[in-house]
Amino acid sequence: MPDQKPSPVLKPVPTSSRFGFYSFVGLIVFAAVVLAYRGWSAEGEAAQEAPIAEPQTSSMSQSFTLDNGLKVVVLPDHRAPVVTHMVWYNVGASDEPEGKSGIAHFLEHLMFKGTHKIAPGELSKIVARNGGQDNAFTSQDYTGYFQRVAKDRLSLVMEMEADRMTNLVLTDAEVLPERDVVLEERRARTDNNPSALLGEQMSALQYPNHPYGIPVIGWPDEIAALTTQDAISFYRAHYSPENAILVVAGDVTMEELRPLAEKYYGVVAPTGDVKPRVRTTPERLSAAQRVVREDARARQPSLSRMYMAPSYHIDHAQGAARELMTNMLGGGATSTLYRRLVVEEQVAAAAGAWYQSGGLDGGRIGVYAVPRPGVALDELEAALDNALADFIATPPEQSQLDRAKSLLLAETIYSRDSQQDMARLFGSTLTSGGTIAEIENWEQEIRNVDLAAIQKAARGAFDLSQSVTGWLQPAPTTPVISEQEEL
Amino acid sequence: MNWMKAITRGLSVNAILLVGSIVSAQAADVQHVVSDKGIEAWLVEEHSLPMIVLKAGWKGGALRDPEGKEGLTMMMTGLLNEGAGEYDSQAFQEKLDDLAIQLNFDANQDDVDVTLKTLTENRDEAVRLLKLALKRARFDPAAIERIRAQMKVNLQRNEQDPRKKAYEAWYDAALPGHPYARPSGGTEESIESITREQLAAAQMHLLGRNNLNVSVVGDITADELKTLLDDIFSELPEVALLGEELDTDVKVGPQTLVSERDNPQSIVVFGGPGLLRDDPDFIPAFVMNYILAGGNFSSRLMIEVREKRGLAYSVGANFYPLDHVGLFLGQVATQNERVEESLDIIKSELALMAEKGVSEEELANAKTYLTGSYPLRFDSNEKIANQLHALQMGGLSIDYVVKRNGLINEVTQDDIARVARRLLHPNELIVSIVGKPVLTSNNSAPAKTEN
Repeated sequence: MPDQKPSPVLKPVPTSSRFGFYSFVGLIVFAAVVLAYRGWSAEGEAAQEAPIAEPQTSSMSQSFTLDNGLKVVVLPDHRAPVVTHMVWYNVGASDEPEGKSGIAHFLEHLMFKGTHKIAPGELSKIVARNGGQDNAFTSQDYTGYFQRVAKDRLSLVMEMEADRMTNLVLTDAEVLPERDVVLEERRARTDNNPSALLGEQMSALQYPNHPYGIPVIGWPDEIAALTTQDAISFYRAHYSPENAILVVAGDVTMEELRPLAEKYYGVVAPTGDVKPRVRTTPERLSAAQRVVREDARARQPSLSRMYMAPSYHIDHAQGAARELMTNMLGGGATSTLYRRLVVEEQVAAAAGAWYQSGGLDGGRIGVYAVPRPGVALDELEAALDNALADFIATPPEQSQLDRAKSLLLAETIYSRDSQQDMARLFGSTLTSGGTIAEIENWEQEIRNVDLAAIQKAARGAFDLSQSVTGWLQPAPTTPVISEQEEL
Repeated sequence: MNWMKAITRGLSVNAILLVGSIVSAQAADVQHVVSDKGIEAWLVEEHSLPMIVLKAGWKGGALRDPEGKEGLTMMMTGLLNEGAGEYDSQAFQEKLDDLAIQLNFDANQDDVDVTLKTLTENRDEAVRLLKLALKRARFDPAAIERIRAQMKVNLQRNEQDPRKKAYEAWYDAALPGHPYARPSGGTEESIESITREQLAAAQMHLLGRNNLNVSVVGDITADELKTLLDDIFSELPEVALLGEELDTDVKVGPQTLVSERDNPQSIVVFGGPGLLRDDPDFIPAFVMNYILAGGNFSSRLMIEVREKRGLAYSVGANFYPLDHVGLFLGQVATQNERVEESLDIIKSELALMAEKGVSEEELANAKTYLTGSYPLRFDSNEKIANQLHALQMGGLSIDYVVKRNGLINEVTQDDIARVARRLLHPNELIVSIVGKPVLTSNNSAPAKTEN
């Protein structure tokens, strides 16, 4: 399934968690980040609406569209009496007005602030009182809201979600403290984190004239200047049933869901003002870009490079080949980059590749490596370039392709173990220009890829002139530690 | 699945009536399987997906690293899927990837675990590879050097992570000299000094039969599992050699540690003594903490620190019942200028809870959340396996899943008041800060900086 999580980690390194208080997170999460209302989530992907024909049924899903334009998808999984209820909007950070970076994500936070019926902050508390959990997330291409509840609480969360689709109430008293929360979120995710700052700069260079170059969370000065009216305008422009998709996964059938969807969502009138998304394809770069970040807070150097690549939406025909090719190049401990740089040449402690495949306007293929102690980044980059050149020039082996297929195909079973993963797969695909049929056919598309397609994908993917290379380098520093007893 | 429905059957009733515990004979749905050779496991059968998840855990983890050999357990577990039997590292990894078998070992302070995830059709090969890893891990020199280098890189990464540094300093202050305060990922020197013989010995010492716990969920029957258990585990050493008793106490503050770092936001870790898992007050403390500081949006700390004042994106605390000490630990990340304000609010909320406890309504809301959301932890094979594993490692019984919501519902306002008085001591916290906090008042005076 075209669900990609380009958060490369040092694959076989044992985790260094201490009692699970913190876990070993992605070494270099340069890919587009999906921001969550609370908690942490890093995933790369991006989003668009897809017409769903009346009503569709497949092995995994059933779907139909309400009269007001809201698309409804149900993903039955009757193992546990629990449902995951999600509403996805076809709007993300890339749809923001100029100079208002961060408004899509800020509005996502503000959607918890109340409506004509529900007092500020009450929605999450009502969900919790009913034994449920809720959260929301924003990417460049979509915004989503969800609740996980016992099956018999489904109508309750549907009623509240439908209510805030149209009845949101915002005042400065709630909005302004939340803006400070978002600034703290930015400090925690980005400003405190040299790798994230480098990633932000690399994206800015990759997309000099496209919104993908602007961070989802926004630039600090622009976040600080966002107003209540900005949020209301953005809400009015994009939040409407015809611009949304309802996805319910878990212990529910279409027969049960349909009347509930009609009752709660069917009565929401379309604003009639939602304009089609105006999006452009990112321009080709005129030359290879490079950014070196020297940071006194960094201790561990690292190297990464991102190449412009078509997403599934832009070039569906070659999507599966690109996905398999990237997997063969850098998808784990048996991949070419890991074997060459970590095992054989022993210049890297970690190395890999990822494909950010979900973007509405385009995607990226990334490669990364972390030097072994004592190896300089220029030496590592030369080794990476050699390995990459050999990968492109050498005909791929059938055994490696078979292995990559086996890994991706098994994921289709493993993801069905999680109703949340399934709901996210459908929601993100449908808000990124994909269709249910594409999800259903994905397995076959993977099976059909042959060695010639892999070689073609490899030859087309790594044009240096379309890349941004980033180095993270420690700068000298002396940490100061002090201690004192309190009085 | 009947069993998962069993947990929730009680839920709807609880959520509405707020009383009553789950009375159910469905505990039988978690099967207690004993193999011919005496290996025990908890099993939940689920045949609707062609996959199996097996989790095995061994008590005794990185805590047991000899002094000067910190990182030994982590390096050992990191090497168990890096070559075994006739396969070197790459060959072993290829065998796994060819069939999309996931086999990962993990080292924690209190235990070591392995997770095996496979499609049903590849079960035999998955079992064979796990058995090979347990019985004939190679610890090849090249693999050792690779993992050694990765652990060193990992150390450097930790150095640049303010959160990890804040916790490290907290542990050093709260548990000085105890193995819990030693780095499970090792130090430059200790990692360098670890030998192949020590790695092999660590595996023999830690991975025994008498400290083994196994949970299995998925497309497998009890009879099939019995054969598989013997096949994988019966040749492990009968008795693990874990060494001395390590129970300890937490040092009491107040104490404030500041590690200066040029970040716009300070990471603040605060905490003190908690309680062990078998303490009769554990469940009341858990419920009290949900109201005070649980990760949820409804907690008092979230409302006071985030929602009302916008001081932080996240704030929270938890009780951590480790095997040899109980901890109460919390964290907030806030801009340097407002660290003191955040800390003052947190302390005053702790004091308020210790003084006045909770209202009837707060307790009722906590109960409906905690009991109602319990089934959300059981809606996938992998999550069920993780839950069963956690119960086993926490020393809980096989029927805990059915009893647990009843225990929550029994908690009274008096219980909460008692445990809050016992456990919350805002003026005795050890506070560890990484960043450039602006501290001015008496109770958290400016850090002396040594240069």
